[in-house]
Amino acid sequence: MTDLINLTLSQARDKLRSREISSVELTSAFIKQMEATRELNAYITETPEIALKQADISDKRLAAGKGGLLEGLPIGIKDLFCTKGTLTTAGSKILQNYVPRYESTVTQNLWDEGAVMLGKLNLDEFAMGSANLTSAYGPVINPWKKKGDAEALVPGGSSGGSSAAVAARSCLAATGTDTGGSIRQPAAFCGLVGIKPTYGRCSRYGVVAFASSLDQAGPITHTVRDAALMLEAMSGYDPKDSTSFKADVPGFESLLTGNVRGLRIGIPKEYRIDGMNEEVSQLWQQGISWLKQAGAEIIDISLPHTKYALPTYYILAPAEASSNLARYDGVRYGLRVEGENLNDLYEMTRGEGFGNEVKRRIMIGTYVLSAGFYDAYFRKAQKVRRLITTDFAQAFDKVDYILTPSTPSPAFSLKNPPTDPVEMYMNDVFTVTINLAGLPAVSVPAGLTQSGLPLGLQVIGRAFDEAGLLNVAESIEVAANFQGKVTELRKAS
Amino acid sequence: MELTRENIMTIARLARLRLSEERIESARHDLNHILGWIDMLNELNVDKVDPMFSVFIDQMPRRQDVVTDGNIADDIMANAPGEPMFNMFEVPKVVE
Repeated sequence: MTDLINLTLSQARDKLRSREISSVELTSAFIKQMEATRELNAYITETPEIALKQADISDKRLAAGKGGLLEGLPIGIKDLFCTKGTLTTAGSKILQNYVPRYESTVTQNLWDEGAVMLGKLNLDEFAMGSANLTSAYGPVINPWKKKGDAEALVPGGSSGGSSAAVAARSCLAATGTDTGGSIRQPAAFCGLVGIKPTYGRCSRYGVVAFASSLDQAGPITHTVRDAALMLEAMSGYDPKDSTSFKADVPGFESLLTGNVRGLRIGIPKEYRIDGMNEEVSQLWQQGISWLKQAGAEIIDISLPHTKYALPTYYILAPAEASSNLARYDGVRYGLRVEGENLNDLYEMTRGEGFGNEVKRRIMIGTYVLSAGFYDAYFRKAQKVRRLITTDFAQAFDKVDYILTPSTPSPAFSLKNPPTDPVEMYMNDVFTVTINLAGLPAVSVPAGLTQSGLPLGLQVIGRAFDEAGLLNVAESIEVAANFQGKVTELRKAS
Repeated sequence: MELTRENIMTIARLARLRLSEERIESARHDLNHILGWIDMLNELNVDKVDPMFSVFIDQMPRRQDVVTDGNIADDIMANAPGEPMFNMFEVPKVVE
């Protein structure tokens, strides 16, 4: 049983195809692990009945020599994706009873490729957070602990249930969404691969909207190969999303070579921030050496507006969120708190249904969009967004990929997280610029701290070059031998 | 500019959020702190920069002007709170 849950997504795929194992066996092992790891609170809703039914159908297809890319493979779905007939909460009390009557395009793509749904994964409320602490369904515990220390750590956020579940092996892989770092940061905190594809690569249809010009879905997996496989299944043009990219999806897995010879890798000096964590800095240096040894050329570059990315994001994302979240009014679906008149009903419902971080962002958004402040904040931020995007365009004239750390620190304490919102926002300092520019980026687990916690490196690529990006990621994965280091660590303790 | 208690109440009303007494004060503190940090953007002169609304999209694509769905009233009403009747949502009386 433990052998089955320790497989990677692509290994399990191979064993299913060769009929060495069945999907029902595999799925049952994961259902058992899901139940055994409930104390992590990674799942909001478990769907074992659906999983076993899908697994049975997959086994029949596989027996007939048929089946999609993910045929019979049990995965978890971030509870931000609408799933027909299955509770979809977005981590919010305001959607505590919402059962969609339609399916998101990304999940439909996954089911069409034969994937099996184990359940819906916990997340920060409306994907607003960096530690999974804002969920109305309680915090998620990171399966990783410091050496010889039982203190609970956060799994990162907002896709914290996704990263915790994959790390705890209670699903083979999971979907996430990334608006400012919500796939890459939790992946880094849990020793996993997380890719935010180019804006437009995955359809946003049926994904509960946070900031529509920044939101993008992507996978969280154990390996780069798994990420390629999942991304291939999730991606594709969708007429139901007007921002979806009209082009065929490359066969990401078949394009993996891990070869970086002759590639030019940019190292942005602005990412060397003041008071940078020493271990993060060392790992970044190590990543540079690995790529150099593998035959890549290292080039120093400048992204001069980097430090303005977070404040820009905290104007644009709340502005879009305040508009998107206006739909939760207690009238058509979701929570309703009765009031004396319609306005009262709106205010009571929203006051009770939203948590503090969501309210805070709605209020910032409302303020920066309000008459008299629109130009000073919203319009200004849109202009700075162009400067940040231009920085990347100029850098990509000189280099093919950019290498940075994924996060400024490893996973932190669940009991004593930063209480200052701005300090919490700093978690996304290395990831948020990429969302503003709409580019693809991947976090790869690359090392362990002295205390035994995972750290990630981030690779950024040109728009729609996920295939090349994954090759650089694979080169780092091979050089880092992260799994080998983890095995050593576990043996020693 | 520091946001006052009255400013916070105006923003909350615009956003249709009922805040408790203690939330008003903590929201005032948090918003002033966050907006103070955001003021970092004033270091930049962006007079000659065009605003950017989205990535890779110069023009929204157009689709054929045809009906693509409909006759799904049951689906739309399925999650309605209160006591919906005759495929209509229930709300408090609006017109006196």
